[in-house]
Amino acid sequence: MSVQTAYDKARAEGRAALVGYLPAGFPTYEGAVETARTMVDAGCDVIEIGLPYSDPMMDGPTIQDAVHQALVGGIRVADVFRTVEAVAATGVPTLVMTYWNPVDHYGVDAFARDLASAGGAGLITPDLTPEEGGAWLEASDARGLDRVFLVALSSTDERIEKITGVCRGFVYAASLMGVTGARSAVDTGAPRLVERTREIIDKGGTSLPVGLGLGVGNGAQAAEVAGFADGVIVGSAFIRRLLDAPDLASGLAGVRELTAELAEGVRAGR
Amino acid sequence: MTIDTARGAVPDATGHFGAFGGRFAPEALMAALDELTREFETAKQDPSFTAELDGLLADYAGRPSLLADAERFSEHAGARVLLKREDLNHTGSHKINNVLGQALLTRRMGKTRVIAETGAGQHGVATATAAALLGLTCTVYMGEVDTERQALNVARMRMLGAEVVPVRTGSRTLKDACNEAFRDWVATVDDTHYCIGSVMGPHPFPMMVRDFQRVIGVEARRQCLELTGALPDAVAACVGGGSNAIGAFHAFVPDESVRLYGFEAGGDGVASGRHAATLVGGSLGVIHGMRTYLLQDGDGQTLETHSISAGLDYPGVGPEHSWLRDSGRAEYREITDAEAMEAFSLLCRSEGIIPAIESAHALAGALKLGPELGRELGRDATIVVCLSGRGDKDMHTAAGFFGLMPEGEGK
Repeated sequence: MSVQTAYDKARAEGRAALVGYLPAGFPTYEGAVETARTMVDAGCDVIEIGLPYSDPMMDGPTIQDAVHQALVGGIRVADVFRTVEAVAATGVPTLVMTYWNPVDHYGVDAFARDLASAGGAGLITPDLTPEEGGAWLEASDARGLDRVFLVALSSTDERIEKITGVCRGFVYAASLMGVTGARSAVDTGAPRLVERTREIIDKGGTSLPVGLGLGVGNGAQAAEVAGFADGVIVGSAFIRRLLDAPDLASGLAGVRELTAELAEGVRAGR
Repeated sequence: MTIDTARGAVPDATGHFGAFGGRFAPEALMAALDELTREFETAKQDPSFTAELDGLLADYAGRPSLLADAERFSEHAGARVLLKREDLNHTGSHKINNVLGQALLTRRMGKTRVIAETGAGQHGVATATAAALLGLTCTVYMGEVDTERQALNVARMRMLGAEVVPVRTGSRTLKDACNEAFRDWVATVDDTHYCIGSVMGPHPFPMMVRDFQRVIGVEARRQCLELTGALPDAVAACVGGGSNAIGAFHAFVPDESVRLYGFEAGGDGVASGRHAATLVGGSLGVIHGMRTYLLQDGDGQTLETHSISAGLDYPGVGPEHSWLRDSGRAEYREITDAEAMEAFSLLCRSEGIIPAIESAHALAGALKLGPELGRELGRDATIVVCLSGRGDKDMHTAAGFFGLMPEGEGK
């Protein structure tokens, strides 16, 4: 199921979609599945399952810590597919967010096949741009998967046009120049990036949603972002709740509370 | 003429060396990479830029570096070994060639800060040096393991005014320093240039760093003709990321009679799994923005590497080397820690030259190649060895390895 259906549903309800990120295997295989189910239950419209990778070049300390813990715990690519299967079974569209090498090494078509058969919606690829994405464009077409590329504050209009032209599901607008991690304020350039991206999408005559991520960590920020974007993407703030909790049960309670706060935020923003 | 690339057929306009290279980078960096590509292409056609770079290479770095017979070492190698003395450059290695070029480009782009990753510290020292010379702010990322084994270079960088940040993530070596430098860059790209130290990373870095380093081979080719009246039979260099090797090889690539040998860090031997010999023991993948050979596990996770040499302790390799390997134009072999240290000691005692442990891998390679080529050619072969750096920084490691510490300290 394309992620766009979740965006359409939110749009019909006059609100932004809430997209939650969590790496597979963190804090454990079971713990991640349980956390993702909690996020769905408390109001996430889309789940992104991170594929833990040894060299998370674009992640800040919080996601680095979580991913490291997942890898030390022995998480494998096969476990990521199992996680996707368990989360997608909730009925919420489930994407995998991954650096490119694990997909490349698995074989792009084989990865697409196994992701599709796990019920995954598609991929978010933070270090793959359309220029190097030929094999993925083909495989995602063949398997009917979403492909979410990123646009950045530094992207030219020409690049945004090229990127949104090949995105399916939504386009991920990176709200700031930097790595992942919650920030105290949403970058002032973010609304303009979403506006520019949307103008270019409109000109192309499609209804591709624009989700905004990086740095969003609380209900007030979610409301602010919901005021100009179609989706609000949150990652590190969920992980922080788990990292700071003495045990999984209280971590899950924290995640539930945060999800509810964010879900309220995406409804208050319009 | 320093950075003339008229004979280079690769990479293509999007940075691909055949199936290798390219640009696997976050969108946030694409504008900066495009700007850098344009600026480099313009600069190398600009006589004032090339004149300034050539001037710095001559009057600041001390180029051309010597190409000299190593007579007593040659007896052990069973070949005529000519040393390309990059160790005599200012800052003590070939790294200065690239850094001066990138620092000038940084200024040309109106940026005021440079960042760098470093393994052994040679590139960090070179970057800190160029930053001091040109009045740029400088931050160097260095794996914590490397800050310990190359403490002297940490002090050098700090003396030169650079901030040195020990990196405590992952394996705490060179690859993690690269990750951290990329994280810095994506947040600071408006005023900061990432001065990558090897022929690696997303396009245009592998091409640009090669073009700044190819002066090594351009000089060596001319000097060898002057000295011996002929081209060498082989050129040997150590390969971590591979910048001194590409620099030494590039001018010789069209000379089909000249064999090109890259020597990788074999650590305890490739079979042991404790090594950093990417082209000997790796498989195709993507790391740090480029498609290349890579040491990875079945899930595509980067493997931990091992080498006695911090500068070679890296799980990837420049994409042009992958291309030279697969095209058969160059051959890559492993040299173990023990073999490198034996060659290290031999050069000290036979020539009065203390090489960097990185360069000792190339020397060990020459000791193996000499007899092999001699048998094949029916005469003593001539081998140009790129002595990429000097070994002062390695005294702590060497003293430990050879048990030279007083009162039985060390190994």
